[in-house]
Amino acid sequence: MKQILEPYDITREREMMLPLDYNRRSQLKHYDKTYKAEITNIIRLTEMEKLFQVRIIDDTERERFTFLPGQFVMVEVPGYGEIPISISSSFTHKGFIELCIRKVGLVTTVLHNAKRGCKVGIRGPFGTHFPMEQMRGNNILLIAGGLGLAPLRAPIFHVIENRSYYKDVYILYGTKESNLLLFTYQYEEWDRIADINLRVIAEQGSKDWKGEIGLITDLLDEVDVDPGETNAIVCGPPVMFKFVCQRLTDMGIPMHRMFVSLERRMHCGMGKCCRCNIGSTYTCVDGPVFDYWTVMNLQEAI
Amino acid sequence: MLFKTIAKSEFKRLVEDLLKEEEVIGPKKIGEREDGKAIHQFLPVQSYGELDLEYGRTEYSAKTYFLPYKETLSKYKFSNDNWQQEIEYRLKPRFMIGLHACDINALLRLDKVLARDSYPSPYYISRRRNTFIVGIDHPPLEDCFCRAVGADVVTQGFELYLTSLGDRYFVSINSDRGFNLLKKYAIHDVTDEDTQAYLEVRREHAAGQKPLNLHDIPNLLDIEFYSDVWRQWGQKCLNCGSCAMVCPTCYCYGVSERVSMGGDEGEKSRQLYSCNLKDFACVAGNHNFRPDPATRLKYRYYHQHRGFTETFESPLCVGCNRCGRVCLAGINPPAIFNDLQAEGGA
Ligand SMILES: Cc1cc2nc3c(=O)[nH]c(=O)nc-3n(C[C@H](O)[C@H](O)[C@H](O)COP(=O)(O)OP(=O)(O)OC[C@H]3O[C@@H](n4cnc5c(N)ncnc54)[C@H](O)[C@@H]3O)c2cc1C
Ligand code: SF4
Ligand code: SF4
Ligand code: FES
Repeated sequence: MKQILEPYDITREREMMLPLDYNRRSQLKHYDKTYKAEITNIIRLTEMEKLFQVRIIDDTERERFTFLPGQFVMVEVPGYGEIPISISSSFTHKGFIELCIRKVGLVTTVLHNAKRGCKVGIRGPFGTHFPMEQMRGNNILLIAGGLGLAPLRAPIFHVIENRSYYKDVYILYGTKESNLLLFTYQYEEWDRIADINLRVIAEQGSKDWKGEIGLITDLLDEVDVDPGETNAIVCGPPVMFKFVCQRLTDMGIPMHRMFVSLERRMHCGMGKCCRCNIGSTYTCVDGPVFDYWTVMNLQEAI
Repeated sequence: MLFKTIAKSEFKRLVEDLLKEEEVIGPKKIGEREDGKAIHQFLPVQSYGELDLEYGRTEYSAKTYFLPYKETLSKYKFSNDNWQQEIEYRLKPRFMIGLHACDINALLRLDKVLARDSYPSPYYISRRRNTFIVGIDHPPLEDCFCRAVGADVVTQGFELYLTSLGDRYFVSINSDRGFNLLKKYAIHDVTDEDTQAYLEVRREHAAGQKPLNLHDIPNLLDIEFYSDVWRQWGQKCLNCGSCAMVCPTCYCYGVSERVSMGGDEGEKSRQLYSCNLKDFACVAGNHNFRPDPATRLKYRYYHQHRGFTETFESPLCVGCNRCGRVCLAGINPPAIFNDLQAEGGA
């Protein structure tokens, strides 16, 4: 006998939309679909961090993959787990992306043991981005502490590629110890670009360290900009951006023109699992990029 | 909405026909409490007799049939340094009979997040669309507060809704598939007498519930964010997560993956989680954004009654008080609200 209720095949897209209305129909099909991506290069940065260059394998998927500076992807090692990682490359490269990953636990260790040619899954991009268009015509301070340089590289590349859009540009970077500095091989290139002020500082220097010693906030003493025409992007651990943003506020930069990126536990990236909740805000969809004023107003954000 | 009546004997025939062909889930008595009261659970039934439509409450909610405790999201097949992802959604139709208004409202509130917001979940929608829901009216229980959160009345989200009028049911029909099923049986047009009897039953039910004052709760949750109320109740909380498991609306989850013994297959699955569990917000390096029980307890209430209200104009909670009943520490929403209001001087 025939079934009383016909099965409703949700993959037959048009029909399944009937009773409930959605605003992101196309997402339904991609909800849990990962783009397969190949690790094309692995660059060792320090003992703890490696830079992974990955390429989405399917040509159409790779072409369609677009993102904005500050967004993140969910990187999946099938069978092991899925983790949120900021995109650390220029968005003009589309589906060729770079991910700077610190070895801290299960999935990150599996990734660190991976070889060139391994295939990982990429979902996304997710979250909010740094409003680069809005900052045009202004000075930009790009400030990073520690691993914060990873997400900051996306806006740095954007500013370099579009240098004429912006007035004075400062890149300020600091770490606890000089041997923890990331992307050391790129400083020279950035520094040689006329009209970009790069300053690097470490709280403690190793024997061969010839650079500056001190706190990241020390670098701000020598920044001379008109606070009314200045935007700041600050990436780093909460203690670091709290102090930096405090200093920037003292300098007269309005809080809604400083942008930070928050970190929380994430299991979906789509506002569903609630793991990234801060009060009634979802870090994965309302963030990770927030202006500092919003962060100050979130209960228990920092 | 269309209204009809059906004799209870005829409804029995309908269910028996369903049982021959389909999976039928309903309130089933599974035991007795010490005080002699029956314990019910939503479970698959094999005969009409197993279906106890006069039940008071089920310990667990109907949520598990839409958001199972554990659900496979995708499977992976590994071969020569490569893998293939396979995704399947549950398609098999199912009939759920005997859901109370709060449980249907719970599904409607879950729909807002899981079926209508951005990134609608195909896993959830497929289950939802393939479930035929028959609701039923019931006299209020002594400890629920559905009326205070606007969950005592349902106007959508079901196919059929029954109200008992002695030997017959007054049936509200809300979907064509409901109507198509029903029209194969002897149904009657509603008479004035039926309508009067129906309204009388509704009035009785409404009068039966003890009112709960939820005045200013979303506001108090924010203002009293650092209140001592949370510390006091938080000290009692065992961080067991039972409240979220039985709740019809708690939907937070965790995702984990595993590789088969042979190493040739992998699976990514989702487990329902609870914000009361210790590692809910714990990240690498053992940094926990919500280290103490008080903050975790607070967040469950904050999400249910403030966070959700901010986005969707109603609390997520439907007032079934399952969380209050299951809690070994005696933590329950009415008591928390009472203390918050006292603290706030309301
Ligand atoms: C928006 C965002 C961007 C990030 N960008 C980077 C980046 O560019 N480079 C980088 O090295 N790290 C980044 N992280 C942190 C990174 O996600 C964690 O280090 C990683 O999840 C740890 O996974 P694990 O399995 O190795 O650790 P384990 O301790 O074994 O973690 C187990 C699980 O806990 C969860 N988890 C643990 N720590 C975090 C965390 N900090 N954030 C979210 N979930 C966590 C994950 O679900 C993980 O699978 C980012 C985090 C967020 C939220
Ligand atoms: S409130 Fe009660 S049920 Fe919920 S986690 Fe705490 S002790 Fe367990
Ligand atoms: S009363 Fe408790 S179990 Fe019922 S919906 Fe509200 S929070 Fe969930
Ligand atoms: S990561 Fe799941 S809700 Fe934000």
